[in-house]
Amino acid sequence: MIEADGLTKRYGQTLAVDDLSFQVRPGRVTGFLGPNGAGKSTTMRMILGLDRPNSGTVRIDGQPYRSLHRPLRTVGALLDAKWVHPNRSARAHLLWLAKSNKISTRRVDEVLGLVGLSAVAGRRAGGFSLGMSQRLGIAAALLGDPRVLLFDEPVNGLDPEGILWIREFMHGLAAEGRTVFVSSHLLSEMSLTAQDLIVVGRGKLIAQSTTAEFIAQAGDNAVRVRSPHADTLRLALLDQGFEVQVDGQALVVPGASTDQVGDIAGANGVVLHELSAQAGSLEQAFMRITGDAVEYRTDAPALAADPTAAAVAAAAAADPDATIQLTHSGKK
Amino acid sequence: MTLLAVERIKLFTTRSPWWCMVLALGLTVGFALLVSANANDNFPATVEASQEGSQFGLIVMMVMAALAVTTEYRFGTIRASFQAVPNRSAVLLAKAGLVALVAGIVGEVTAFASWALVHLMHPGALTALNSGANWRHVAGSGLVYAFAALIALSVGILVRQTAGAVAILLVWVLLAENLISLVPKVGDKIQHWLPFTEANYFLTAGASAAETHSAEGVTMPLSAWGSLAYFAGIAVVLFGIAVATANRRDA
Repeated sequence: MIEADGLTKRYGQTLAVDDLSFQVRPGRVTGFLGPNGAGKSTTMRMILGLDRPNSGTVRIDGQPYRSLHRPLRTVGALLDAKWVHPNRSARAHLLWLAKSNKISTRRVDEVLGLVGLSAVAGRRAGGFSLGMSQRLGIAAALLGDPRVLLFDEPVNGLDPEGILWIREFMHGLAAEGRTVFVSSHLLSEMSLTAQDLIVVGRGKLIAQSTTAEFIAQAGDNAVRVRSPHADTLRLALLDQGFEVQVDGQALVVPGASTDQVGDIAGANGVVLHELSAQAGSLEQAFMRITGDAVEYRTDAPALAADPTAAAVAAAAAADPDATIQLTHSGKK
Repeated sequence: MTLLAVERIKLFTTRSPWWCMVLALGLTVGFALLVSANANDNFPATVEASQEGSQFGLIVMMVMAALAVTTEYRFGTIRASFQAVPNRSAVLLAKAGLVALVAGIVGEVTAFASWALVHLMHPGALTALNSGANWRHVAGSGLVYAFAALIALSVGILVRQTAGAVAILLVWVLLAENLISLVPKVGDKIQHWLPFTEANYFLTAGASAAETHSAEGVTMPLSAWGSLAYFAGIAVVLFGIAVATANRRDA
């Protein structure tokens, strides 16, 4: 169980993580989803006590990381597979980690076998392929047989075989009752890997739900409608037996067609500013939802500082599609 | 003790410390060989002369000490270290203990090997360890190496990158402390309080003027052992600052 409460991290002027609160439950794979630069890695570093939050707390099974006794036995983490001295052998790398938490040498050989690196244990880690490095990182995370596991973008740059291996591995870990927290910017990957989702954009929590709910929210045939008379329209839609969700200034009507919503609006004399069908892909739901977070963030200081950003933000305000593009340009 | 063992594994499972140790021994003993082979009436083979190459080894061991932490920052293993042991002070203290110990041992070995070589090539009273000052000059090397390694490690922790740390250390030890005396009036006075000048005085104090090249008729402010204490104090304070900084910073 990981509980974050009001986590905030500021690097100079940049607010990397902004009042982030969430819970990660045991026995499930929880995806930590957001575009690059959304603050996922920063959050993970704060969970591990590597970065100090400006405010807020994060606890693992009720305790802050820094007060854990022999923390590798409670929390295993793979933040970056390249965090290995290139001239040290894979086995030596695990050996010093094990020693620091009084984990037996036998366990080192055990985890090497578990990730399939026994044959190359004596080779220098600098010569490893990305897939092998990832496996070594996972071996390091598993050393202390921890109840809580953190993986930051574990499938980045892996071939399909490696991705499948890691996905099944994480499912196995969760099935054993462990807490598994995996970050990714790939929604399609998360929809296959994670049972729960924590979605962030620009350091803020956007959604915390089960993956199934998140996908349902995206809706297969939803209609998004904006109107200056949103309240009138909402009541009219409810009258007709539609379900209406309020999404900022817009209304989202699942299971409706643009024809139906347009007809109801016309019958009630409601002016529409937008009437769009929501193609129900996860990527789009993700873009739309995180795009709002981007729009939210592009406020006055950014406008003043950067004319390009001002133009993009103005376009974003005028046109929701531009918001999606902004999300793209926000990916670095 | 566990953490010391961890640091030992970390240090000796990479190649650079082995290279540094071989290099330190080779350079100092090699220099002693050169001095000894070319000794004549103007430059007699003495205990002092046998230790002239000591600074080669000192610099190399300081580089090793700095590398012990800057490579951790370079390759991100410092995060793994702090993740495994969140008590950063303990991690860095163990690392300091280890590099100081290794540098100290290398200092003793190089000093005695250099002296033994010169003594074997020129047996006699001049090369014999027959005074307290002689013993201090040779056996004291290890102490100077150990505290110099602590200084180098502290600089490494503060700067966090190899090139910067090594540049600072080289300029400091080889240039800055010597060139400061070029400043008119105050230069000499400042120099006498600089740590490596003090460390050098600890080693060479009490040698007769004829036997030392640094006989400029200057009076140092502290005794020989006082100079070492001062040098050690600077190292410990610098290390304290480095640990406090590492505790405050994001890893």
